[in-house]
Formats: sequence, C-alpha cells, structure tokens
Amino acid sequence: MTKRFDKVISMEEAAAYFHDGMTLMAGGFGGIGNPPGLVQLILDKGVRDITMISNDTAFPWIGIGKLITEKRVKKVIASHIGSNPNAGAQMTAGELEVEFCPQGILAERIRAGGVGLGGILSDVGIGTIAEKGKQKITLNGKEYLLETPLTAEVAILHAKKADRFGNLVYDTSARNFSPLVAMAGDITIVEADEIVEVGELSPEEIVTPGVFVNFIVQSKGVNWRWAWEK
Amino acid sequence: MGMGEVKTEGYRERIARRAAREVEDGMIINLGIGIPTLVADYIPPDKRVMFHAENGILGTGPSPAKGEENPMLCNAGGFPVTLVPGASFFDSATAFAIIRRGLLDMTILGVLEVSQSGDIANWIVPGKRVPGMGGAMELAQKAKKVLVVTAHLDKNGRSKIVRECSLPLTAKKAADLIVTDMAVMEVLPDGLYLREVMHPYTVSDVIGATEAELKIEGEVKVFR
Repeated sequence: MTKRFDKVISMEEAAAYFHDGMTLMAGGFGGIGNPPGLVQLILDKGVRDITMISNDTAFPWIGIGKLITEKRVKKVIASHIGSNPNAGAQMTAGELEVEFCPQGILAERIRAGGVGLGGILSDVGIGTIAEKGKQKITLNGKEYLLETPLTAEVAILHAKKADRFGNLVYDTSARNFSPLVAMAGDITIVEADEIVEVGELSPEEIVTPGVFVNFIVQSKGVNWRWAWEK
Repeated sequence: MGMGEVKTEGYRERIARRAAREVEDGMIINLGIGIPTLVADYIPPDKRVMFHAENGILGTGPSPAKGEENPMLCNAGGFPVTLVPGASFFDSATAFAIIRRGLLDMTILGVLEVSQSGDIANWIVPGKRVPGMGGAMELAQKAKKVLVVTAHLDKNGRSKIVRECSLPLTAKKAADLIVTDMAVMEVLPDGLYLREVMHPYTVSDVIGATEAELKIEGEVKVFR
C-alpha cells in the first residue's frame, strides 16, 4: 500500500528496505546530516556488502562512519575518507574499494541522477588522475569530462523537520548533500527530528518537496559524541 | 600585531599574517584546513569579507564560545562556527556552483608540493596517505586567486617548492602566490619569482632551500 500523504513509518517497517549487496546513498558531511537511527538500523539488521555513495566516510564512530568501522561496506564512492582511518586501512588491505570523485562533481552526479539527466560535462580534474576512465567530449572547442549520474536503491538522510507528506526543512549546515541525495534514491527514507502535520510548514521554507520522499521515520537524535567535543 | 610580538610568533602564524595582506575588502574567500584557517585572525577589521565553506555556508564567523556550539553548524573541517550578518545556507551543488562559476575571489590552501609553473599536489601520497581530494580540485582550478600557504620544507627537510610535482596533481597551473616561512613567491607564465624573504632569511638562504628555479627581478623585500 502506498501511503502518499502520510509517509511516516516505524523503524521496524523501514528495516524491510535494507538488504545485503544494496546500493545506499547518504546525506551528510563529516557525519553532520547522517541519520543516526537509520544507520543504527542498518547495523542492527546485519546488512553487509553495501555500495555506499556519500561525500565522505565520516569519523570511526560517527554516522555512516560506523558502517565502515563495522565492515558493512564493500565499496564507497566519495570525495574524502581522511577523517575515518578505518576506511583508509580497509582500502590498503584490499577490503574496501574506494572510488574518489571531486566533491562538487560528486554533488552534481548525484543531482544528475536525482533530476533525471543522462550525464554532465565538466572540466574539473582535467590533467589529473581524476580523468582516468572518463570519456572526453569536445564541445565548442573546449574539452570536458563526461560525468555519469548516480542513483541508489535507497537514499537516507536527516531533516530538522518533515511534514507527513515528506516536505523537508534542514538544519543549518546539515543540509549539505541531503537535498541532492533526497532526489536520487529509488526509495528515499528521511529521519526527521520533528514530524509535523501537512500544512504546518510554510511553502516558502520547504527545501525538498515531499514528492521526492517515500518514507519518514522519527529520529531520537544523535547517538554519538562529535570529534570536537572533549 | 606589534613588532614586540614577533619573537613569540610561530612560523604558522607568520605565514598567516603575511597571507592576510593579500585579502582585499569585499572578497569572497575559502580557507582550507590548517594554516589557512589562521589567516582569518589577521584580517584587519576595515576589510569586510565573506568566508565560503564548501559544506554549504557563505558567511561563516569566528568559533563560538565553549558551550555555545550548534553541532549542526560547522565548517568543512567539522568544527563549530558562527555566522556573520548576511550569511546563507545552501546545498553542496550550490556550494560548488559558487566555486565553478568563478565567484570565489580567493582560496587559501595548503599543499604537499607546488611547482614553479603553479601545479598543486595536495590530496594523495600513493600507498601512504590517501584521504581523497574533497573539494580541492574545484577550489584550486576555479578560484580567481589561489594562495598557497605552506612550510617551505617538508618534515624530511626537502623543498616543497619543486620544479615538477612528483605526487599526483590536484590541479595544473593553479597557484598564483606562494607564502612560506622563508619566502613569498609569485607564479607568472614565464616562471616563479622570488618577491620577498621572511626575516631573518636571506635571498641565498631561500635559493639554497628551494628545488624550483627562482627568478629575481628588481628588489626582493624583507617581511618581518
């Protein structure tokens, strides 16, 4: 049954959408904007061999960093893994495949997937190893790399507020990749700090229209300490 | 900063103090992690600038007081920040639209190596340290002015200012100005020019410590 106008489900119901070998996309930047409860759900369900698409691998015990630390990820497409030494160690040991992508290009590849484009042309990384394996296209006398779109079976993200239709408001710099990721999931599951009735959010304040969202779960908040907290 | 404070100033602070002189009123600036972050402390109050953070903020302010942090409001290095009047939030695509569209007046970043033609390497030491490029490729390739701040020598005493980078590049012909603890060097199409030496180093000290070919034209100033 499709619940088009009330997308709130329990964590138990959400668990059905995660499985071994899945592609998973996560909003967030350095853990900020990673959904704590959904990450815990994936850990608790024992999901393995995930291909994860995210800006970074967070920190060892923060956000999606835990999925790396607990060796649930077989491949990651990211711009940066430096804040999680477990990612680097697993990559060196051959346990984790890492595909690096310049950060703004990663954002645009996710956006391209989310908005239904077949690819994008960019000159970022020309003359570096970032161009390896990419088709070059010359347009109007200028050389570009063809960057391919990214989507995932499931996209997970955090929002400050969601109404029951899935309209989303983010929390300051926790927005980062999340509005892009929200569009790029075949199934998009949002973990919201606060869930409100339809009509309570001003149409002017909504960043992600609810049509992109499939399910909403209630967050219990961050269950880790930030790296800067002493 | 008065002259009397120079004795206690570390090399990182001195690099930051010199780099801050490149800041002009009205600039949109991105600061990298490390020495670049320190530059903000040396910008005189009569120069109003907006700092861009690639995680989706234009208009970051100083660090909040202890206990006043909002854990969701951080810079790209993951540290809590405040906002200045006129600040805005946006998603990562917009954060990089600002960069690629050429709206960043200056980016200040650290390097592993920088070459005399301005090539920058700062994201990977193959087989050793592989953190990833993050946003460095876009920043180095697209900012109007790329200001490199770095120690002149690496921890093994080798020049980081080289003829050709040996590490994989972040961007080709990207650096405009290089500020180190020994010198200020400008990258021009025909080579790398020594513009200033950092007191107490001499021109010959700098040439001796630099693997890259340094050109000299006119007076080399001393920065104290």
